[in-house]
Amino acid sequence: MNLFQHLSDANTQWVLAGTLLLGMASGVLGSFAYLKKQSLIGDAMAHAALPGICIAFLLYGQKSLFWFFAGAAFSGLLAAYFIQAIVKNSRIKEDASIALVLSVFFGIGIVLLTYINQNGSGNQSGLNNYIFGQAASLVGNDVKIIAIVAVILLAVTALFFKEFKLLTFDPQFAEGIGLPVRFFNGLLMVLIVSAVMIGLQAVGVILMAAMLITPALSARYWTERMDRMVVIAGGIGALSGVVGTIFSTASEGLPTGPLIILAATLFFLFSMVFAPRRGLLVNIVKQMKMRRQTARENIMLSMFDLMEEEMRKPAARHATGFGEEQIRGLRPVSKRLFARVMKQLIKENLVSSDGNRYALTEQGKEQAYQIALKNRLMEVYKMYEMKFSHEEVEKQEDIFALPEPLLQELTRYLQQLGRMPVRLSKTGPGENRRNRNNIIGQRGADSRYEL
Amino acid sequence: MNPLMVRNLTVAYHRKPVLQEVSFSVPEGKLIGIIGPNGAGKSTLLKAILRLVPAASGEVLIYGKPYKAQRKLIGYVPQRGSVDWDFPTNALDVVLMGRYGHIGWIKRPGKEDVKLALSCLEKLGMENYAHRQINQLSGGQQQRVFLARALAQDATIYFMDEPFAGVDAATEKAIISLLNELKAQGKTVLVVHHDLHTVQEYFDWVLLLNMRVIGHGPTDEVFTVENLQKTYGGRLTFLDQGKLLVKHE
Repeated sequence: MNLFQHLSDANTQWVLAGTLLLGMASGVLGSFAYLKKQSLIGDAMAHAALPGICIAFLLYGQKSLFWFFAGAAFSGLLAAYFIQAIVKNSRIKEDASIALVLSVFFGIGIVLLTYINQNGSGNQSGLNNYIFGQAASLVGNDVKIIAIVAVILLAVTALFFKEFKLLTFDPQFAEGIGLPVRFFNGLLMVLIVSAVMIGLQAVGVILMAAMLITPALSARYWTERMDRMVVIAGGIGALSGVVGTIFSTASEGLPTGPLIILAATLFFLFSMVFAPRRGLLVNIVKQMKMRRQTARENIMLSMFDLMEEEMRKPAARHATGFGEEQIRGLRPVSKRLFARVMKQLIKENLVSSDGNRYALTEQGKEQAYQIALKNRLMEVYKMYEMKFSHEEVEKQEDIFALPEPLLQELTRYLQQLGRMPVRLSKTGPGENRRNRNNIIGQRGADSRYEL
Repeated sequence: MNPLMVRNLTVAYHRKPVLQEVSFSVPEGKLIGIIGPNGAGKSTLLKAILRLVPAASGEVLIYGKPYKAQRKLIGYVPQRGSVDWDFPTNALDVVLMGRYGHIGWIKRPGKEDVKLALSCLEKLGMENYAHRQINQLSGGQQQRVFLARALAQDATIYFMDEPFAGVDAATEKAIISLLNELKAQGKTVLVVHHDLHTVQEYFDWVLLLNMRVIGHGPTDEVFTVENLQKTYGGRLTFLDQGKLLVKHE
């Protein structure tokens, strides 16, 4: 059978609707679990559901999704209780407590499952599907229950979105303004557990936690708003559910759970690499740019400092160019970066070179002067931060945006401290001394203050 | 009527007492500093008053009534480190949370709430950061967002847990001017504070705390070398600073 025949099959459509809805619900609720730093709780709940399902089967004697839910929810909540009790009454921390309870419950589940399988009715029970998940085993009734639960979960979350958000971000403050924190915490926990329960048959106990967390993790990459994150996570969950189910039904016998999770993981990987602000690619590019920018400023500054030093010497001994070691010695820049930046600077006609020594061109001197001025203004700004605190300067570039009187004041401080950059103009060194006082003249500032 | 009256409040964590028989009351419209060494129970006192930690015994009255009945009168600024600042939300949204108590359940914040939240941000010099992601704010700016949120609560009595801890100069200034504005509006503000140098400058009233109340009253009467000695015990470095401080004045 090909894919299209599959998709036109009524049963497949039911199953698809089911996995779509449960993917959506677990994506939405997983966002809260993730932001509350309770990702592992979902994992524990899912694993701990197995003994509950087995016991429900042993007691009821046949497969019944309703009783399975009840059993799974019961043992899941029991596990949650044990996890908290262990943390509260011993010195064991939460992560160890989760690991302990999860494995014990799962172990009991496997023992019970083996017992059931060896005692006749096991193969008909469909219980084995609960390990890795088999969406194809969902029948109309199962899908109905899953769909109803999923819709309820989504509706309740939408209704109390504001409360859940506050609870997740700042529970103490929530309590402070009178939100019944215990109630909402409990409600959210029940919703998360329910999302896990409806996913068990299709996704399986082992991988259900990934269904909860992976869409949320992926969504976090694309947005900085909680409401959008929840919607995106729901969408990714739904898509993963559908894609995984299609591949599973098309390929006879492959369990659905791993395929759904693989689909979700692909979304996650894509998000991690290509997301616009948090993505790896953007950040690598940004970092490279930044490194280059810093290296460029450092090189310009070092050359400026060296030139400035020369200017203070008698005219006859002025050096005009500087070696690589000399420049890199002032502010460390890697050899490779130095070569690349220098090439660029020469291309922009800011630096001239005879191969060994580098000198600032007239244009370069002007730019280096601006960079030095900016840097040193920032230095004094930081020095007197308390005084200027009403003006916030976040980036060095912003310093020139300060109001003129303030800039003048900063410039005065620079002069008093002898840190005013020397203009490296082409006028002869003899005139330079006079020039020093005119430096800020260009910026329209006051030049009465002597060095 | 006293905005806050605490009687025989005792709090214990795991049977270890943190606060013992704490009793005091504060006058209306004052800036009150809660001063004491590390581990003196300053934050715990605030949390116990706000019912965030259970009290073993004692009574807290806000304008003569228990906390539950007066919740709307109370504004709370938790320590900045108490939340995850990587949470997907922006400054305005956090300030809007201050309105949740007024908006009621389920309903969403309206235009009026947004307007009010924006004006609160403006009062703290944060109007340009309203739509900035909270993880893109500096520590001081985050603190100001918390203060703006408390302001949005439009409370009568404010509790602030170490608002000055680790903030930049701009934020410190903004907080002080906010405190003075609240005072001018006749509101009462209790601030957990640990910088002895600034106590006399910032607060009209102090509560000296070290598991027990060492003293409370107007700053110039209570903030004395003797009382500081009692509060800080053998911690001599602190004591010297205290001495110096009082001498300077």
